[in-house]
Amino acid sequence: MDAAAVGRALARMSHEIVEHNPDSGLLAFVGIRTHGVPLAQRLAGETGRILKREVAVGELDISMHRDDLGLRNTPPKVGPSRITFDLTGKTIVLVDDVLFTGRTIRAAMDEITDFGRPQRMQLAILIDRGHRELPIRPDYVGKNLPTALGERVQVRLAEIDGKDEVVIER
Amino acid sequence: MSATTWQHKDLLGIQELSPGEINLVLDTATAFKQVGERRIKKVPSLRGKTMVNLFIEPSTRTRTSFELAAKRLSADVINISATASSIVKGETLKDTALNLQALNADIIVIRHSAAGASHFLSRLLKASVINAGDGAHEHPTQALLDAFTIREKKGRIDGLNVTILGDILYSRVARSNIWLLTKLGAHVTLAGPSTLVPRVFEKFGCRVTYDIEEAIRDADVINLLRLQHERQRQTMFPGIGEYTAMFGLNKERFTRAKPDALIMHPGPINRGVEIDSEIADCNRSVILEQVTNGLAVRMAVLFLCSGGKPTAGGAK
Amino acid sequence: MKSLIIRQGRVIDPANSVDAVRDVFVVDGKIASAAATSAEEVNAKGRIVTPGLIDMHVHLREPGRSDKETIETGSRCAARGGFTSIVCMPNTTPAADNTGTIAFIKQRAAEAACVNVLPTGTITKESKGEELAPIGSLKTAGVVAITDDGRCVQNNDLMRRAVEYARMFNLPVLDHCQDDHLTADGVMNDGYWSAALGLRGWPSIGEDVIVARNILIAELTDWHIHCQHISSGRSVQLIREAKKRGVRISGEASPHHFTLTDEAVKTYDANFKMNPPLRTEGDRQALIEGLADGTIEVIASDHAPHCSYEKEVEFDFAPFGVIGLETELALSLELVRKKLIGLPQLVEKFTVNPARLLRLNKGTLSVGADADITIMDLDRQWTYDVNESASKSRNSPFHGWKLKGKAVTTVAGGKIVWQTE
Repeated sequence: MDAAAVGRALARMSHEIVEHNPDSGLLAFVGIRTHGVPLAQRLAGETGRILKREVAVGELDISMHRDDLGLRNTPPKVGPSRITFDLTGKTIVLVDDVLFTGRTIRAAMDEITDFGRPQRMQLAILIDRGHRELPIRPDYVGKNLPTALGERVQVRLAEIDGKDEVVIER
Repeated sequence: MSATTWQHKDLLGIQELSPGEINLVLDTATAFKQVGERRIKKVPSLRGKTMVNLFIEPSTRTRTSFELAAKRLSADVINISATASSIVKGETLKDTALNLQALNADIIVIRHSAAGASHFLSRLLKASVINAGDGAHEHPTQALLDAFTIREKKGRIDGLNVTILGDILYSRVARSNIWLLTKLGAHVTLAGPSTLVPRVFEKFGCRVTYDIEEAIRDADVINLLRLQHERQRQTMFPGIGEYTAMFGLNKERFTRAKPDALIMHPGPINRGVEIDSEIADCNRSVILEQVTNGLAVRMAVLFLCSGGKPTAGGAK
Repeated sequence: MKSLIIRQGRVIDPANSVDAVRDVFVVDGKIASAAATSAEEVNAKGRIVTPGLIDMHVHLREPGRSDKETIETGSRCAARGGFTSIVCMPNTTPAADNTGTIAFIKQRAAEAACVNVLPTGTITKESKGEELAPIGSLKTAGVVAITDDGRCVQNNDLMRRAVEYARMFNLPVLDHCQDDHLTADGVMNDGYWSAALGLRGWPSIGEDVIVARNILIAELTDWHIHCQHISSGRSVQLIREAKKRGVRISGEASPHHFTLTDEAVKTYDANFKMNPPLRTEGDRQALIEGLADGTIEVIASDHAPHCSYEKEVEFDFAPFGVIGLETELALSLELVRKKLIGLPQLVEKFTVNPARLLRLNKGTLSVGADADITIMDLDRQWTYDVNESASKSRNSPFHGWKLKGKAVTTVAGGKIVWQTE
């Protein structure tokens, strides 16, 4: 995907999110570090424009909730999570760049419930590359991209990498 | 998710850490500090792991800090202190440790009055060994939380003037701080009575002075050490009264320090001895913040040392 | 009794100024000028043949601590190391401050030791440094010297009187030079490494101060004091100057002190904890210079066995001492290999010098002398595995070291007590 395609996908997803959440006053986004964060900010911005109000955004670092600690060669890099609003009763849309095995999302859901009790959680993903290992499914998808296990999907975003693009590395 | 290059299963001292590794601990601690501000102050990272606080030398504050750190990581904690019966009955450290390993303890935090005790355990055990203070040798988590505090308040460590004041010779806090601060590029000045601050410490990259006023005049950070009654002999210096008069941080000396100098102390404070009571409570004193930061730093250390694949055998 | 012919080795016998390839004959337990009719041949081609080596500082621990070592096991270590005579220290339990204990040691040695065991007695009762031991009786009982080794007489007047008294009986006084106050609490050398490791240190002047007092007392009493296990460069210098003045002072070096430095303690392995402690590189070099110029006349191991459970503890709590009889020769030969000292000169330090200091009828290959002979292979490469040691203890700092040079045959009193291929 090139920058234009990414933009179009996010715009479409924003409309879908608004459409599926009529009580939009309860909407909030939480981006999963690292690349999920700018995506969440963009979605919050776009949906905010549609709804003509401020939509809250938070950042979640899931390293402390990973299920593979002690199985990796070295520990993961840990960053702080920043959720400054109350989650309880809200519709939280979790946002990440790539959905793969689903374990990151499982960890994110666990961590979100430590912060509060959302009424509903939904999942927005830019790229779904398949190969799920847990029963997790996205609500909003930018693009379905079937891949082989050995391939790597790289999402680059302007806020972090200087430009928007999605590439597959073999 | 990005991985770190941290490969230590033990934390025995600052001497073994590179500047990059020290910064990694501090960055990780920043994340863990945030956990203490959440509604649920717990993450599942060490769920199902067992941590043993093996405190052969007693300490309430460090032990509590490690215990809370482990619990916030969802680990189970067992506390063993020196007055525990088997140690009093003469069980050797080796046997105590092997017994703990037989219970599948994952992490052993050890505080001991003999330098090298944590090295000794790390050679013996598969578990992670965390040094909570071994004799006069090192107290790595103290130096790390001191550095975290300095970094938080001053934004950096490189280039700062840090003065460590007091009994250096018998102090593990001094040594760990010396290694850490010099590795990260601070200018370290040591000051105190000459019998407790021998010149050999200049070989570690520090400045040694016996002029207290000079030592604190340009300091950005003043770290006060406790007068160690336990580890001293009467031949070293004349007594508390003389120490306080000659080397204590009293109000008058304090006015000569820089207006934004931080006052730090590893605790517990001897009010009126190494530091005037008022100064300990003033707004430049970060002594209580050190305690909060200690929790975050210890969580980070436990997380990093358990976060990789357990390596077989001992440290080296 | 068997007879031997030791063929074609390079014979180094400093007492007789011999350094040549020749045969050595043993008949009825003595060195002979010609072969016996039926004699066992020992091929020593390419090897060095010397008078049986003497180690004048060994702890055999018996009576009292035979869990650490016995006279029997200690003598087997000696034989494996190439030593045919060992001088055992009196810090046994009970201390060798009475004729009964000396008699016991001699009897055990006669029964069970494969090499010559020469006992020492204490200077003071129980080595407490308070009252003189019955030195005359100890001499009659057969001690070759007196020493409070393990401890050091702190009262200078008492030391002076002890030396005066020992002179009457022709007994050399050996001293473990340590000032108790300067060295209180310490576990390693005081310096950069003790500061870095947070361990309490002993300054080297703790040794120098006693060496100096020994020099002055030796001078005053005109008698012989031998300073054991010198570790400090300054002590070497003091001894050098005193010898120039004609003072009857001598010094001894242990292989660990001229091989290792205090940096070795950084792993907190108690196999590097001994008394006197490992010192700086400067001290190590000064010690080697002292060996090279003759200031230090003797090399001795200070073989000090301790049980594993005693050593496998926190550094502060471990007892001082390391074993050394089996690695002593190879480590000393390292000095020859590095061209710091000549081979005949090294041999002197294990033969004529200790024999002269202790007035022993040993250390030579003269005809009629006891057939104590060491045959060594200088080029033999081997790895020291402490678990194969003949000692009951395992406290060596050299476990796993690749060494060069080994005693391949040890003959004591005409009998082969150790042989390896």
